[in-house]
Parts: sequence; C-alpha cells; structure tokens
Amino acid sequence: MKTNRVLQGMTLWLFILTIAASTTVSAQQIAVRGETVYTMAGQPISDGVVLIRNGKIERVGSARQVNIPSGYQTLRAKVVTPGLIDARTVVGLSGYLNQPHDQMQLELSASIQPELRAIDAYNAQEKLVEWLRQYGVTTVQTGHAPGALMSGQTMIVKTIGDNVDEAVVNPSAAVATTLGMAGMAQGGRSPGTRAKQISMLRAELLKAREYDTKQTTAKEDQKPARDLRQETLARVLRREIPLLINAHRAQDIMSALRLAKEFNLRIILDGASESYLVVDQIKAANVPVIIHPTMFRAGGELENLSMETAATLRKAGIQVALQSGYETYVPKTRIVLFEAAAARANGLSQEEALAIVTTDAARILGVDNRVGSLESGKDADVVLFDGDPFEYTSHVTGVIINGKVVSQQVK
Amino acid sequence: MKLTKPLIVFVCCIALSPASLWAQTERPRAFVGAQIIPISGAPIQDGVLVVSGGKITAVGSRSSVNVPAGAEVIDVNGKVIMPGLVDTHSHVGGGSGGDGSGPIQPETRILDSINVRDNSIMRARAGGITTVNVMPGSGHLSSGQTLYLKLRSGKIVDDLLIKDAQGNIAGGLKMANGTNSIRAGSTGPFPGTRAKSASLVREQFVKAQEYRNKITRAKGDATKLPARDLALEILVEAMDGKRMVHFHTHRHDDILTALRLSKEFGFRIVLQHVSEGWKVANEISAAKAPASIIVIDAPGGKLETVDLVAENGALLERAGALVGFHTDDYITDSRWFLRSAGMAVRAGMTRDKALYGMTMAGARMLDLQDRVGTLERGKDADFIILSGDPLSVQSKVLETWVEGMKVFDRNRPEDRLYAVGGYGAGRDEFFDFSCFDQGRDNR
Repeated sequence: MKTNRVLQGMTLWLFILTIAASTTVSAQQIAVRGETVYTMAGQPISDGVVLIRNGKIERVGSARQVNIPSGYQTLRAKVVTPGLIDARTVVGLSGYLNQPHDQMQLELSASIQPELRAIDAYNAQEKLVEWLRQYGVTTVQTGHAPGALMSGQTMIVKTIGDNVDEAVVNPSAAVATTLGMAGMAQGGRSPGTRAKQISMLRAELLKAREYDTKQTTAKEDQKPARDLRQETLARVLRREIPLLINAHRAQDIMSALRLAKEFNLRIILDGASESYLVVDQIKAANVPVIIHPTMFRAGGELENLSMETAATLRKAGIQVALQSGYETYVPKTRIVLFEAAAARANGLSQEEALAIVTTDAARILGVDNRVGSLESGKDADVVLFDGDPFEYTSHVTGVIINGKVVSQQVK
Repeated sequence: MKLTKPLIVFVCCIALSPASLWAQTERPRAFVGAQIIPISGAPIQDGVLVVSGGKITAVGSRSSVNVPAGAEVIDVNGKVIMPGLVDTHSHVGGGSGGDGSGPIQPETRILDSINVRDNSIMRARAGGITTVNVMPGSGHLSSGQTLYLKLRSGKIVDDLLIKDAQGNIAGGLKMANGTNSIRAGSTGPFPGTRAKSASLVREQFVKAQEYRNKITRAKGDATKLPARDLALEILVEAMDGKRMVHFHTHRHDDILTALRLSKEFGFRIVLQHVSEGWKVANEISAAKAPASIIVIDAPGGKLETVDLVAENGALLERAGALVGFHTDDYITDSRWFLRSAGMAVRAGMTRDKALYGMTMAGARMLDLQDRVGTLERGKDADFIILSGDPLSVQSKVLETWVEGMKVFDRNRPEDRLYAVGGYGAGRDEFFDFSCFDQGRDNR
C-alpha cells in the first residue's frame, strides 16, 4: 500500500540520518593517547590522554586518571605535542611556483604601506600551506614579507580552510617593517640609507599621531578625511598592534629599540641575527624576538648569525619564538619543526626547543588564550609523532586542527 | 736592521707551510675505542683506526688491530668515526666560470677563480666535508671546469688540489639544462628554449668530434695538427671518458635529454639535483647514471622543482640507481650536510645506502673511489670524529681530518666560530703571522 511505502521511505531516511548524525558526533570526539604527552603546561605526561570534543581540548591527564569515553575515536602515538606555531612566515602570499602571479608578499610601489592587509592577499589553498600542515605546523603568522620599509600587515591563521575566513585567528596581527639593507628601496628611491629609513619612519609616525589627535578631538565637520595608512599607524601608536621589525645587524636592532622608545611602541624583533651582541638592551626594553631559522644561510646581513642565539636569548630571559622566515628561491619555505630540531642541537633543552614553537610563540603572538599548549578549553591542535619530534628519523604521523584530523600522512 | 723581522717571518712561514709540515708528520696515530663506520663493511664496535703518512694503515676491532710501537694513541671512547664526507656539488670559495658572452664556455675554470680562504671553505670543514666538487653555476649550458678539492689547511688553491700520477688536476665539466640556462625570449647567444639548448650542445660536441678526428689523423705531425682550442679540448676529454660531466638537471624530460646527449657523444655523466629523478628512476638506473641529489625542505622555488619529493633518494635507491648527496652550498649550508642522510632515511632510504651516499657514492662520482669514501687500509686518512650516531640531529662533527692532518677541531675557539656561527664568522680566514708559535697545529 502507498502509506506503507511512504512509512518505509521515512524509516529508511530516519535510519540514514541517525547513522550520519552518530558518525558526525564521533568525528568530533577524539582521544589522543601518547606514550609521552608534552602539554607545555607542566611536566610531560607518561602514557597521557588528550580528550577532544567539538574542536576544543576537553581534558588532559594520564591514562590512569582520564577515562576514554565510548564513542571517542582513539589515536595513538609515541609522542604528542601541541600544534606547532610558525611565528613568522609568508606562506599563502608567497607561493611555491615563484611566478609573478603567486608572489603577493611585497608591493614595491612605495616604501611605507602599512595599510596593506594580509587577509586581502591570502591563498588558503596554496600548496605550501598544506606542506606545513603535514609537518604539524598548525598556526602561523603570515603576510607581507621583509623587503620594504613598511611592506604591509601580517595576520595569524590556522593552516586549514578553503579560504582566509575559515583560517583566520587574528586578521591584523602586526605591521611588517624592515631595517638595514633589506629595507632599502629600489631604483634610487627612498630610503637609500639607514638614516633615511629611520627618519622616514619617524616622520610618518608623527604624521599619524597628528591624524589620530585630529580624528579623536576635532568636531565632526572638521575631521580629516579618513586615511587607511594613518589609521593603521594610529593603531600602532596606540599600542593596539606591534611593529614586526626585521633587523639583523646590531645597529639596526638598536635603531628599532630607539624608535620604540621614542614613540612608546610595541615592537617584536624579526630575524635579529646579531641580537647576541645587544642582549641587555633587548632585555631591558622587554622586547620579544622571533629568531631567524636556525639553518638560515649565513651571508650578507646575516653573515654573523649563530645557531646558538635562541639559547643565548632564552638564557637571558628574553621571550623567543622561531620562524620559517622568507625565502625567495629554494627552499620556498622552511619548516619550524626542523629549525627547532636544529636549535635543540644547539643549546636548547627538549622543552625549550618545543616552547619556542608552542607556548612562547603563542604568547608573543597574543594567541595563547587559544593555542600553544594542551589544556582544557584551548583549541584542539595536536601533533602525533612516532619518536622524538626533533630526531631526523622520526615522523609526524597525525595532525589535528580545531579538533579535526587534517593529516594522517607519515612525514 | 728594520727589514730583519719581516724577513724572518717570511722565511719562517715558507718553512712551516703545509708541504713541509706533511714531511715532518711521520709518527703513526692510533684512534682507539670509537664505533667505526667504515662504509666498506659493517660498523665496528670498539674500533681502532691507525693512520700514518697521510694514509690509513689499519682499521678494525681493538682485538684485531696491532697498534704500532711508538704510535700516538688517541682515546676516542664514546665517539663515532666515519670517512670524511664527499660533497659532489658545491659553490664554496666564491669561484666562477663562464660570463655573459655565451652559453658554452668549457674553457673557463674554477681553478682560476676560487678563494680557498673564503669563510665558506671553513664552514665546509666544520660540516665534516673532506672532498668537494666545486662547480661553476648552472646559468650556462656549460659554465666551465669543476675542481675536486681536498679540504686541507691551505692558503692557496694549489694546496688543496688533487692530482693524478701524471700531474693532471682532478676535476669535471659542469653542464646544465632546464630553465637556469635558458633566457626566455632570447635572440642569442643564450638559448630561448629547451630544444635550442640541446642543439647548441650537440653542435659543440660535433665540433669537438671533428677536432679530435683532426688530431688523430695528424698522427703527431705538428704541421697537420689543428690550432689548439681550449674549449674543444675539454669536450674531447669528456668524450674520451677522462673528464666526468656533472649535469645539473631537474625535470624528468630534462633528465632524459641529458642521458640522450651522454649516449650520443659518449661522455660519462653524473646527474646533479635530479629533482624529478623519482619519475624516471628506472631509466636512470638502466643508464647506470649516478644521481647526486639535494635534501631540500620544501618543493617549489622554481617550476622545475615543484614536484620535488622527500622520497626521491629512496625511490632512486629502490630502482637500483647510485645515489649520492650534495649541499649545492650556498643553497644549503655545508655545516648541515650530514643532515641529508638522516632526512633521506626519514623518507625511506636505507641507513646503509644513505651513509654510502654521503661518502663512497660521491667518491665514485668523482673517480676518487681508490682514494676516499671508505675507511680501508691504503686509502687516504680522510675521516671525521662525531659525537654520536651520524643519523642523529644531536651528533656534532668534533674533528675533521684530511690525509692524516686535523683541519677542523670544534674545541678550538677559532674553529668553533665557523661551526656554530657568531660575530666574525662572516670574515674569511685571515693569514696570521703566528709562525713563531707554529700557527695552526695539526694535533
């Protein structure tokens, strides 16, 4: 009878929907069990469990204390860490093809363009984003590159998503600034000298201060026309976002500190290969350092780089994070997991080497409320390894971002 | 008199130059108690390595090797000794080859352009490299003659040369195809396309064949010999099998083109970089062409390397190809050369073949297999002392020895500066007038 068939049809649909619903629910519930779990929020846990639910970390503890409820998909690993953080990269703007159409990290029409936003240039589907993800890099500060006095803004994203809106954590994280030879303009334009770099920055910040004052105090009909560039620098002057200053020579680091002091800016040093010469000054200014990749080529302004600088800075009590940096040729990106391994072999302990790509990086980037450690309530970004994460012959065996398994490739 | 001191210094420095120091070092040295990885056989626990006169005179387990009476005994308990690393493709020393005048300049030489006191050479020693193939670049179809160097402690290039019994300087010929040697849209003299690249090369080799024929027909009669041609005579050496061609090539079709040219003109070939080698691994293996690869952490950077995979070495190994490694310094830093082996194993190469790829594979690619690449009696005493397993990120190169002379010691502050970096590491090795205190010692 017709009614019978309708009923059968409905039952079948109900059945399918229930199955679908229960599978969806299980995909949101994961238990990661590791022989060693580095929570980066206390001692590593032997035979630890990380419970994940609805994109967040639900609970972390030893297997004895934490029961894995039924319905949770269990993944096992020898070593478990928080998702790795690359504190300064250009992936998504600087693509792997290295062709004109996929190189969006530097606009050279003017030396000072802080208003350029990274969100307007990010290609979430760029191959190098996936490449980093497979090696356990789950959060990155990416955007405009060093190479112009003020090249534009950076942002913070997860290495997932089909588009920038799905990936974004902080759409406007810092203003990328470059001092020294890399910050000079091409074709005889300004700046052509170090002195000119600083005087241009000072003049622009003064202009922005005036703009900001007028915007806040003037009557509505007497306010200046809205100016994106001045607006961005006004945010910098108000300490709402930092200047991310790429500087390698000791004199350029000192110029950065001097500028920060004059205008009471928040700054983060980027690269800083000669920072070991001015440790006391950096420490006194309470400025964090995103140190250059450990295995970076030692040439030009980086000729005096030392593999031990991360350790030197950390020992002095300076906040340090690690980066994959900006490469114009081959390799088109570095991988912070490997750079951290190299730093581990040059004066850092196991947990210090993990900290510069997890907790400490999260703190410097202002995203430690969400990422950087395996703690209840934080984003479920987790990496699984089959051995010591820093050993050459170990592998990443799984990557979870926002509570979803995004890679199970053995890399 | 005022001139006396500089004169004494001058004479002293000549007297204590490396050549005369070698003559003085005759006392054997025995390195006792390390794990020895000879490459030619299984690792030896609690091993003994005896060197004398620049050669290995004995290597084996402690129970099987007699330490000669009067030998200096060095305790290397807890350490690992393996052959000095062979870097088959490097640009250390800031040398050059051809200029912009044309794409094929085999007559130009690294010999005439390298600075052996360059800080990059110091870094190569720190990385455990003892033999290196220093090449001109890939911006030409043939950019010039390469130089095989031993990284002895020398002040001038002549101190680092490798010569055969006839006094010939060891080196190869650099060739390249793919995008680096093409100038898109070019109307000459550089090629604008891959087809033009190959045909320009063929034209030159055909000329070299005719040059060789003329010389043969002249049968030594000076009146019949062609005028000496510095470029063609090098191509003849390549065709005669006397000079290895080191061929920079990335894309699978470019690799096949290189093999095709090698077959047509009979030159011996080592494929260099071979980023898409994994796509034509069987062809490479069948052609018996050695493949020297580079470990790079990400694909891309140029279109020819977008399909670079970490498994390249493993796939080539599985197809039966001879696989070696290189730094392409400065593309990767010589100090991280040993990392290549660990990363290759990570991606599926066997441990044995990976370590072979750092040593004996390279030796074979440079026709130096009788002298270097393994720790065997009679071979050059080129070795490195490591703090641990070569495949571990924690292992450091503690000492580098070339022909029985120590050329790098991480415990020496001036050497450590180049190994780790720091202020002054960007400076080339300076010639210090410390001859009075023996200067750089060899122990």
